[in-house]
Amino acid sequence: MAAAIVVLGTERSGEIMRGSRKRENAGMTSAEPTGRSLAARSVGYFDHDADIGIIGRGATAEAAMEQAAAALFGIVVDIASVRPLKRLEFTFEESDVEFALVTWLNRLLAESRSEGLVPGSFRLGRTGSTWRGECWGEPWRPGLERGVEVKGATLTMLAIEHLGGGWEARCVVDV
Amino acid sequence: MDLSRLKRIDDYSWTVPLSAGEQRAPVVMYGTKGLLASMDDKVLEQVSNVARLPGLVGASMTMPDAHWGYGFPIGGVAAFDAERGGIISAGGVGFDISCGIRCPRTNLTLEQIAPHMHDLADGLYRDIPAGVGEEGEIHLTPAEIDEVLSGGAEWAVHRGFGHIGDLEFVEERGRMPGAEPWQVSDLAKKRQRGEMGTLGSGNHYLEVQVVERIYDAAAARAFGLSRGQVIVCIHCGSRGLGHQIGTEYLLSMAKAAARLGIDLPDRELACAPIASPEGQHYLGAMRAGINCALANRQILTHLTRQVFERRLAGAVLETLYDVSHNTCKAEQHLVDGEDRPLYVHRKGATRALGPGHPALAEAYREVGQPVIIGGSMGTGSYVLAGTAESEKRAWSSASHGAGRAMSRHQALKRWQGRKLVDELAAHGILIRTRSMRGVAEEAPGAYKDVDEVAEATERAGLARRVAFLVPRACVKG
Repeated sequence: MAAAIVVLGTERSGEIMRGSRKRENAGMTSAEPTGRSLAARSVGYFDHDADIGIIGRGATAEAAMEQAAAALFGIVVDIASVRPLKRLEFTFEESDVEFALVTWLNRLLAESRSEGLVPGSFRLGRTGSTWRGECWGEPWRPGLERGVEVKGATLTMLAIEHLGGGWEARCVVDV
Repeated sequence: MDLSRLKRIDDYSWTVPLSAGEQRAPVVMYGTKGLLASMDDKVLEQVSNVARLPGLVGASMTMPDAHWGYGFPIGGVAAFDAERGGIISAGGVGFDISCGIRCPRTNLTLEQIAPHMHDLADGLYRDIPAGVGEEGEIHLTPAEIDEVLSGGAEWAVHRGFGHIGDLEFVEERGRMPGAEPWQVSDLAKKRQRGEMGTLGSGNHYLEVQVVERIYDAAAARAFGLSRGQVIVCIHCGSRGLGHQIGTEYLLSMAKAAARLGIDLPDRELACAPIASPEGQHYLGAMRAGINCALANRQILTHLTRQVFERRLAGAVLETLYDVSHNTCKAEQHLVDGEDRPLYVHRKGATRALGPGHPALAEAYREVGQPVIIGGSMGTGSYVLAGTAESEKRAWSSASHGAGRAMSRHQALKRWQGRKLVDELAAHGILIRTRSMRGVAEEAPGAYKDVDEVAEATERAGLARRVAFLVPRACVKG
């Protein structure tokens, strides 16, 4: 397991969309996406008795996994309000793309908590079985509305699928 | 749940007949017809999947508060024999290892605290770190974290958090033996650095409650409970460390299953033979997680005591009991007339030892182990006592809570946190929270009827009701 690198004062310039939805208007849906509407509905949720199912959608598997991270941290905080003041970076090895989704989400939870960071935007890249994850955020502050803590991403309903116009990543997270 | 797939054993227990060609151990689901009907079909699927795991002894079971979990159902109980290829499962314990309830009883009555209730609620809210992102004031070095993982609540008491007398009334006397801190990753330990003495969020809470009803006078006397008495219930677990152990081992077990010769009906049932290195590593890490939870609840008990003592002269808080409901424990049980060591998974289920059990504190030996069924913040909770019958019914296990009746998503659509807080205040229940979303997700209406769960638990012979407690103030994580 590679150690996380924390960089202070680095605003992301990235091309990858920051999570921008309001939690209470999250468009929570379990409907299957269509290619045309993928961009508009990049984050979603589905029902689970005790926990919450998250969905991320994107043009690539990596983009869908980034949006799954936005969905997960959308449970924790209004990610649109999180300022990208601090960057955190880590790498991991995983050849199975579905297990990579779980590892990506759980590393984000653990690394951000360890560094006292609440992340609001995410980037994930892959070279072979090596994955490089980044997130941007800030320490908790009074202006950030608190949602619910997520304990971890599970293997339940875990899937990464190519659906017509794009990719969808989903799993149940334990809250 | 489609009840046509079940076969009634009696009014409070049901089984799932084998379909043609199906090979698995028996399934037993405890509860009323109404409770079972309200459960998701996934519960039936999950309890049946557990019945296919190697080395299962007896039946794969669910308690009356069962609901859909990940891998194992929440409210699931399953025992495995290591000598017969039995497994241990990270999903069968859950991410929040040793999540449980610490219940201190006070020497105060509702009349005594009523004038101070707002101040008490505010004090608890201020001094008990609760909610996502909150850190405690205890920051430990890596070496100290290892001491926590070996020492549990005993470590906390030696560090000045509470009384030595508390330990008598904590499962395992406050210290789970066999913990192996070196099986816990550095990342898990790092994640815990600021989380000792924190409540967490979701369904975690600290409640000030009052004994409203006594069902069993003798057991209530033994437990030190009387009508009108003020009780505190602290529901939380092993925090980030436990979550990290759970996530890491779930994945490593899922990857190793095929190599270890385990044909998983579903990969979320990730597990390893108890006797394998993978199984032993998880066992050592999971026991360390149990100690982390025991230490955490001990610290929270200490902080709660301080809040009471500063406001109410002469206030005394003694530990009634500390029960864990996400564990796998090595226990001796009677199997076909033979006393055998079994590894009992209780995921969202409470141990419920009957009268006379040697593991019980002397004060409770005649009446059985206190069992706490935590209800929602608007309804109430039950204290029960373990029964002798529960040993043969469910390896001495009982329900742990009301159990969710609807998803968090559904609850969010139906209730608003602010409105709920106001409504509960109008009913004399003070809520203190940093997350209105959390309150909405945990709305009383999102849970099953706790009265029905407690009654079904008693009628099924799993534990008998002793007292009913109603909430007066709740710090919600």
